[in-house]
Amino acid sequence: MTEYFAPDERFLPEDFDFEASAEMDEKPINPINELARTETTRRTFIKGAIASGTAVSAAGFVFRGAGSGAMAATMKPKMVSLSINGKTRRVDVSAEETLAFTLRYKLGLTGTKLGCDRGECGACTVLVDGVPTYSCSTLTQSVGKGQVTTVEGLKGKDGGLHPVQKAMIDELAPQCGFCTSGQIMSGVALLESNKNPTRDEVRQGLSGNLCRCGAYDHYTNAVLRAAKEA
Amino acid sequence: MAYKLIGKDYTPPDVLAKVTGKANYAEDMRADGMVFCRILGSPMPHARVKNIDISEAKKVKGFLAVLTADKVPSFPPPNNPILNNEPRFVGEPILAVAAETELAAAEAVNKIKLDLEPLPFVTDPLESLFPRGPEARTNGNVANVRLKLQKIKWSAKDFASAGEGQLPMGKPAEKWQFGDLEGNFKKSDLVLDETFVTAGYSHHSMEPRSSMAYWQNGKCYLFGSAQSQQFMIFGLSRYLGIKPPQLVYNGAFCGGGFGSKGAPYAEMVIPAHMSKLLGGKPVLMRVSRAEEFAFGKGRPGFQGRLKVGFRKDGRILAADLYIVHDNGPNTGFWDFRNAGSSFSIVFQPEAMRWQGISVLTNTPVRGPQRGPGENQTAAAVEPIIAKAARELGLDQVAIRRINAPDNNAKYGAKQGPVTSAYLKDALDKGAKLFNWDEKKKESGKKNGSKVIGVGVGSAYHSAGAAGFDGLVRITPDGKLHVHSGAGNLGTYSYADTARAAAEVLGAKWENVIIERGDSRKGLPFVLGQFGSNSLYTQTRTNWAAGLDAKAKLQEIAAKELGGAAGDYDVTDSKVFNKSNPSKSISWAQAAKKAIEMGGKYSGKEMPKDINPITKWATASIAGSGLVGVTKDKRPKKGVTPGLVTAFVKVEVDTETGKVEVLDHVEIADCGVAVHPASLNTQIKGGAVMGYGMALSERYVFDPKLGMSLNGSLHESRPQTILDIPAEMTVDNVGKPDTSNPVGAKGVGEPVQGAATAAILVAISDALGGHMFNRTPVVPDMIINAAAGRPQSYKPLAVNTQ
Repeated sequence: MTEYFAPDERFLPEDFDFEASAEMDEKPINPINELARTETTRRTFIKGAIASGTAVSAAGFVFRGAGSGAMAATMKPKMVSLSINGKTRRVDVSAEETLAFTLRYKLGLTGTKLGCDRGECGACTVLVDGVPTYSCSTLTQSVGKGQVTTVEGLKGKDGGLHPVQKAMIDELAPQCGFCTSGQIMSGVALLESNKNPTRDEVRQGLSGNLCRCGAYDHYTNAVLRAAKEA
Repeated sequence: MAYKLIGKDYTPPDVLAKVTGKANYAEDMRADGMVFCRILGSPMPHARVKNIDISEAKKVKGFLAVLTADKVPSFPPPNNPILNNEPRFVGEPILAVAAETELAAAEAVNKIKLDLEPLPFVTDPLESLFPRGPEARTNGNVANVRLKLQKIKWSAKDFASAGEGQLPMGKPAEKWQFGDLEGNFKKSDLVLDETFVTAGYSHHSMEPRSSMAYWQNGKCYLFGSAQSQQFMIFGLSRYLGIKPPQLVYNGAFCGGGFGSKGAPYAEMVIPAHMSKLLGGKPVLMRVSRAEEFAFGKGRPGFQGRLKVGFRKDGRILAADLYIVHDNGPNTGFWDFRNAGSSFSIVFQPEAMRWQGISVLTNTPVRGPQRGPGENQTAAAVEPIIAKAARELGLDQVAIRRINAPDNNAKYGAKQGPVTSAYLKDALDKGAKLFNWDEKKKESGKKNGSKVIGVGVGSAYHSAGAAGFDGLVRITPDGKLHVHSGAGNLGTYSYADTARAAAEVLGAKWENVIIERGDSRKGLPFVLGQFGSNSLYTQTRTNWAAGLDAKAKLQEIAAKELGGAAGDYDVTDSKVFNKSNPSKSISWAQAAKKAIEMGGKYSGKEMPKDINPITKWATASIAGSGLVGVTKDKRPKKGVTPGLVTAFVKVEVDTETGKVEVLDHVEIADCGVAVHPASLNTQIKGGAVMGYGMALSERYVFDPKLGMSLNGSLHESRPQTILDIPAEMTVDNVGKPDTSNPVGAKGVGEPVQGAATAAILVAISDALGGHMFNRTPVVPDMIINAAAGRPQSYKPLAVNTQ
């Protein structure tokens, strides 16, 4: 049972369906837009996930709460190609599987944290086409060709740390560190769309990320510093 | 004193991992052959398990085992059980199921049929004290740490004799008194008698307490989420039923604990017991947010009453404090005791009586939370002090200043001494930075439906302990290894305190390696990372170990180069002759020599009075360098107080009930700031938690079902970035505590209580002195108060409103 370290192409099953994979790739790019377009609310998303059962092939983890009605697999997982941190990763994904789940338990990208697994805390924030996205509440299959960036995929111009990461260090922004990846991703997304934000804009930009240590002031300072130094 | 490292900002070594996603928390651990377990929690607040039918669960593909209460060690009541056949709160673990996949484990849990006999339960302590009221346990309703499980009932007369909305004061479980209480009340110019309620609420650590464990060659390898490191060893061993040397504990990162993960806790060992059942296979138990709410602990609520007598200048002559403490179903924590001691130090009453009773309820297990008891007391008492100031026509700062502790302050029941106290200085500095004299003129100023209020409040927590062990090592490459027994709870105290050893040896920081996070690294025994103690406690231990290493360096130099040890001094990387600095040997050479010499120099011999854990740690690194190891024997006469005062200006919207904090100044009396950036974020972070305590966070249970009505993060409302002011001003008094080698004191806890207290005082000020006597003050309370309508909550009710 070592698959979930990094099940890349080497773990492709022999009957891998490339056509189905290509079909997946036609899916809309931005899952948020897609959710809005189809008027899929979070509630129907959860209901759908429960009703269809949780089929987890490559990894042994279940997503969401204790005994939430997770039943035996009824739907066959699909092999999809995901663009994660600039690399194509092929992975078996079931219909109700969340992006956080795929990242953490199938692709070994544990920098994305699960604080609540229900869209309340933001610890799982990643970027999908530059848009900060709660990966715990995004279906992996809905990501399609979207470019997913996790904290592991951040880079500065020199190939080292991203300016937001550097500033987080300089401002001693993290305390316990559990929400830090999410704060960084929200900060990076903000600076992508607003190179010179005001303090209040930074606060708005980080407002989807809960920090129980209350290190908000230092996170805000770090994003402002990154804007200045970038 | 001029320091090279103490008082300077630097980057603690674990920050890089936190910003790159490489920091591995317990749930990030993986091992070959790892299987999964999930918990079956009680659906009822109190029940007896009559039968467990696992026949259907066994049929699930991948099912491996069921772990039940009879297969794990049990402890005498009211200890927290690991698994329980008489669950006493909703979600309490009854059993755990392991399977090859987590999905199968969850499915098997669903297929287990429990036959439960519902038992009487209680969600409000006062109900349990009522004659024939329900009890949380079948064999008692009152218990705590060092307070045996017993049954205490108050009489109907006790209840009837309390006035409307006032706390009845029947038989307490504990009490103390000093001074002439009755005489001083008679002498008082003003006597207030106020009943109050502070709500309990969950810790809500961001990281749910997942853990992973396996067994190899008779040893248990456990990866958990804890604030502490070596302090965990004894308690976890007890939970595991093994001897401490059989445990390898790794707690390199912890996603927040706030007291709930400071000491060993029962749930962490569930996967370890499961692993044992499975022949040692690695088992990961991922804890969900709902489970974290159920057994991740919470702050006890208080139902209290304070009668307090003032001289006309505001001096407190007499105080009579009664606390009914909502303890949850098990051992809990001693918040109610801390209420008495914290009042005694913050307000220095001339005479005082404290009475308390720790009542069991079928609500989540309680544990210490940031300022356990001290912060509820600050929240409850400061608005009463504010009322006294209004009635006596005194300034809010002046009434606090006249009572505030200084270096002659007395502490607690025994009125013992303190090592230092500068609360008066904190009040002065805060009043100046806040511009109190000007801002107080804005009190009551209206802008539409919004009213301005100003407030000030203070809080206390003890800030350090003495007598633990330090261990350092200089290796033949010339590096200084500071072996830290501290956990990594996010305060950076493990690193800040390591700098004390580097400072005393004159080491350059880049030549220092901190060994931490894994009990195999040779880590000394220190107190856990709770109680605002680490900074003080472990600057002492590391300073002492540094001095021990320094003495050994000097002795080795004297032996090598001639003369007496005292002729030599130590600087970064070398030991040199004071009168002829060119006569020197490098640390690298000295380390090699220490290994040759053996004995005490290389750790082969060690002091007899160090803790067994430190002895094993020393033995494990003995012979690998020059070892400095010692128990901290520096004298400490009295309690070391961490004191904080906060000033706020709020805008209260009387139509929406929204409270906005416009200005916030918070000043700590925490001695020398060892790491200013970390102190800054501790004060601000504590204040943020304090906003939640003041304005939004509370347990709400359905009294008929015993179920939580606001268990999620969204419903229980910890503060977001938009709930706090855009900027806060924080500072420290900066006067050293001379009982600490670098003048430091801890401060992580009272920073919360001071903020809570100041906000509550300010809200009361905005509403013309209205007394809620209840936390949190939520919007509907403000709207009702402003409109002169009755409140919707039952006076005295805790947990249900």
